[in-house]
Amino acid sequence: MSKKTFRQAINEALHAEMQRDPRVVVIGEDVAGGAGGTGVDDAYGGVMGVTRGLVGAFGRERVIDTPITESAIMGMAAGAAVTGLRPVAELMFVDFIGVCFDQIYNQAAKFRYMFGGKAKTPLVIRAMFGAGFSAGAQHSQCLYSFFTHVPGLKVVIPSTPYDAKGLLIEAIRDDDPVIFLEHTKLYDIEGQVPDEAYTVPFGEASVLREGGDVTIVALARMVHVALEAADRLAASGIHATVIDPRTTSPIDEDTILESVTETGRLVVVDEANPRCSLASEIAAFAADKAFFALKAPIRRVTAPHTPVPFAPVLEAAYIPNAGQVEAAVRQLLDINADRKR
Amino acid sequence: MQMSRETLRTAYRQMRTIRAFEDAVNRAFSSGEIPGFVHLYSGQEACAVGVCMHLDDHDYIGSTHRGHGHCIAKGCDIDGMMMEIFGKAGGLCGGKGGSMHIADIERGMLGANAIVGGSPPLAVGAALTAKTLGTDRVAVAFTGDGGSNQGTMFEAMNMAVVLKLPVIFVVENNGYAEGTGVDYAIGSRDIASRAAGFGMPAEHIDGLDFFAVYAAMAEALARARGGSGPSFIESRCVRHHGHYCGDPQGYRSKEELQAARANGDPLLHFRARVGASALLEATELDTIDAEVEQQIAAAVVRAREAADPSPSALLTDVYLSY
Ligand SMILES: Cc1ncc(C[n+]2csc(CCOP(=O)(O)OP(=O)(O)O)c2C)c(N)n1
Ligand SMILES: [Mg+2]
Repeated sequence: MSKKTFRQAINEALHAEMQRDPRVVVIGEDVAGGAGGTGVDDAYGGVMGVTRGLVGAFGRERVIDTPITESAIMGMAAGAAVTGLRPVAELMFVDFIGVCFDQIYNQAAKFRYMFGGKAKTPLVIRAMFGAGFSAGAQHSQCLYSFFTHVPGLKVVIPSTPYDAKGLLIEAIRDDDPVIFLEHTKLYDIEGQVPDEAYTVPFGEASVLREGGDVTIVALARMVHVALEAADRLAASGIHATVIDPRTTSPIDEDTILESVTETGRLVVVDEANPRCSLASEIAAFAADKAFFALKAPIRRVTAPHTPVPFAPVLEAAYIPNAGQVEAAVRQLLDINADRKR
Repeated sequence: MQMSRETLRTAYRQMRTIRAFEDAVNRAFSSGEIPGFVHLYSGQEACAVGVCMHLDDHDYIGSTHRGHGHCIAKGCDIDGMMMEIFGKAGGLCGGKGGSMHIADIERGMLGANAIVGGSPPLAVGAALTAKTLGTDRVAVAFTGDGGSNQGTMFEAMNMAVVLKLPVIFVVENNGYAEGTGVDYAIGSRDIASRAAGFGMPAEHIDGLDFFAVYAAMAEALARARGGSGPSFIESRCVRHHGHYCGDPQGYRSKEELQAARANGDPLLHFRARVGASALLEATELDTIDAEVEQQIAAAVVRAREAADPSPSALLTDVYLSY
């Protein structure tokens, strides 16, 4: 166990699984880098350096740089998965899903069911996502609700280095297609990560903080925003439970519902656009299944229904922040105070 | 091809403007004044200018993530571009787009594009408009060597041939897509002959040579305006900088990079050519250099001092009912 970054944690998971299982291959653009150039091999190791060192350890046969051709990358990975490899395909930015989605949601996601349970598609698709870098409208989105909507796909969104490693190993060992999403702003955060391989199961939320006044559910970078809000609230005697579902398909309804039953209040924090979002989904099952425990309406703190703007002032206004979460919680408590009067 | 002194001066001024603009952006980015990331066009100036010199505001271009040169060559306002890259309210897109999304619809500039392979189908659409409405406008789809491998590119080329549309595909082959070389990523190693397989005239030219680009574009344009359908130009050039500002470029040897800058400079080629044939005086060109330098320096100052967008701009320009 030692302190590692989110980036290192993912790299270690890939290393460990490639070591353990020769069928695991990594496929993507510049996952090594330097092919056909005049410089050194492994010049990129992924555009964020996440796959660095893999080509040195496992060679170009298993760390496969591709042309810019995502449809063929995803289709090739799906075809290889259904025939015996265990590919980890990298999409780079999740925004690029638009050019290759068919191979994922009509093909890979549906094989097992459509073929009457006779196919296995052990495929992992890694992609980074999220705003905060002024990367503009086509490099900053949170599209996890797209994937969560599709039966047959599993969707993993870690928020800590520990979870990133354990969930990625679980994803690689899983026999279904898994979308593994990495928030770009989390690559440099640090946390304790065991050196050896371990798994974190899908469909088990993590409860990062416990308090009796309100339940705050958040994903990825927003988990850290929620924790910051919880800190501020605690200073004025308001105690929040903060839950990170970690996977949105499957999603751990029970942990969320149990907490809401205790606190009677729910705030969901989501960096994605609000309509048909995870925030809406979580609010919906809570309203459905914990209705009588609710003491106040459910609040969603999300980005607005706009593309992600480039200018830093606009982007800062776009991304949900701890102040907004804190205000939402206080509003819920005020509603109860008003009703008692 | 006969060219007037005035045309030559304009060509040089545009290429110099692109170079000076990119040098200024590079400096401002390195000092932390520009948010996000930027991809510089230096080394490819002859492509944008040799192509766009033939076009006017009514014609269309679709661009790439490396789009500053295309914008300048198509006549976008320099101050508006610089402010956009700085994320300011006075930018061409109000600061909402940034370097990778500069667009100026009135100038026929349909946008830089952060999705590799995003533009070619859009340019084909602009060509469809021209053909359907019976105007004599044409569309140019700029793409990189890397982008030429996208399915969208292949589909757009076939569609343009099938519908005989006035579109010109220009692939700027600068040798690399991020950190991957063309010799690895282009299976046939020949982008133009791959395009020829779709059934349109396709050639490769020396993209460092303004005159070669200008001549190839003249022919392609005559075909497009004359109703003979699409053409393809592979323009071989070099990238003077990294993929993005700050790229350590480990995939490229020092020698190669030095040679790229020394021998692969379209501005130096242009100067040598017009000097040798006594078309323009070196002093005239020096004067242009100085004027451009001033213009760009002023644009940086204006962009630096310009106002940020108002936070309320976040919620405009999109359908919002809640
Ligand atoms: C669909 C998509 N895939 C990948 C990327 C990431 N990306 C941005 S630029 C680039 C390389 C493009 O190479 P090329 O087309 O040769 O253009 P150049 O950068 O050389 O101008 C890549 C892979 C992207 N922006 N969009
Ligand atoms: Mg290129």
